[in-house]
Amino acid sequence: MKIYKIKYLAITIFSLLIISCNNNDDNTMAEIAVDFSGTFVQKDQMGRPAVNTVFVSAASKDDFNTTIPSEQGALFQSMFEANLTGLSPAYASAGDKNALGLDAAAFTGLLATDVLNVSLDGTTTFYDGTNVLTGRALADDVITVELLLIFGGEDFSENPTLSNDNVNENDKEFSTSFPYLASPW
Amino acid sequence: MKKTRILVATVFAAIIGLITISADHIDAPAASGTTADITDFYAFQAEDPNNLVFVANVQGLLSPAATATASFDENVMVEFNIDTNGDNVEDLVIQAIPRDGKMYFFGPYAPSMTGLNSTINEMATTSEVAISSSSAITANQNGMKFFAGPRDDPFFMDFAQYGAILGGTATGFNDPGADTFAGTNVLSIVVEVPKSQIGGSGTINTWVEAKSKQ
Repeated sequence: MKIYKIKYLAITIFSLLIISCNNNDDNTMAEIAVDFSGTFVQKDQMGRPAVNTVFVSAASKDDFNTTIPSEQGALFQSMFEANLTGLSPAYASAGDKNALGLDAAAFTGLLATDVLNVSLDGTTTFYDGTNVLTGRALADDVITVELLLIFGGEDFSENPTLSNDNVNENDKEFSTSFPYLASPW
Repeated sequence: MKKTRILVATVFAAIIGLITISADHIDAPAASGTTADITDFYAFQAEDPNNLVFVANVQGLLSPAATATASFDENVMVEFNIDTNGDNVEDLVIQAIPRDGKMYFFGPYAPSMTGLNSTINEMATTSEVAISSSSAITANQNGMKFFAGPRDDPFFMDFAQYGAILGGTATGFNDPGADTFAGTNVLSIVVEVPKSQIGGSGTINTWVEAKSKQ
């Protein structure tokens, strides 16, 4: 017991000495190197909102998260299309399209490659009535846009009780300046 | 009695599961509820129109109490991927990784390898910002702006009702709906970067990845 105490005391004193030495060396030593080594392996990924949640079947969600975007379309488009037509009556008839003019195959072909398209030339929004898929701003009501494209049919008029969740804005206001997101609760 | 309890627990877990999956919140078994769980990704033109802002949020649905003890995982790197030539393969990355109370940023730079596995090139442009608690600490370095810390979850949706619709217990949304994410926080990483450093003009494809140290 006593020996341990002495050991601890010795270690403590030794540590203090080292710290003191460092403090006294006039910053001639470089900052202690921070270790960033190693290989980092993908666990989760995301481009557009809610894509994995809505369009990927339960058993494939991890696979989707660990497939690189350039390979997602070929591997997942048919699953996306089956899940879309299973979910929404707006694509039930041959020739049915959404308001972007895309049928089930074309729409899921777009979504299966899960990247966010972003314009560097101006307005950035998921959809603002004029611009389509030019980014994602904090205040964009992305869920209603997606519900409209899934359930709303050619002119947003189909399945009205399914095509808007009626939550149109965040619970806190965003800032116009960096870091833009609202303070935490 | 035991069976009933198990059943109740299962149903409860299923409901919680339904309620908590959204945007990308808790979207898949291997990422769910871990420090590598991305909840949302945003990319938008900054207040200064010469800049673009990237936001990655992780660890969703944090109550105010849980937020106080939540922290970024030093074994998880968050990587913003930028494809400038339309092939959906990253040409540039911005990597963010925490060390001892600071979030370090590398890039934007062209990675030596693309895809599922990444390393950090310490020769790339390196920036850092102290990780915030409740008030925002920001840094301006190398022509960019940086933030890391808890924020209100900017996502909003009546996810509970969506779950009820999928579960067959409701036929449509309510009006008004109820924001399932109201009053909850996420851990945010925000980077504002000059457009000239990520392609300049035209359209880029972007996505975010959470990568764990092997």
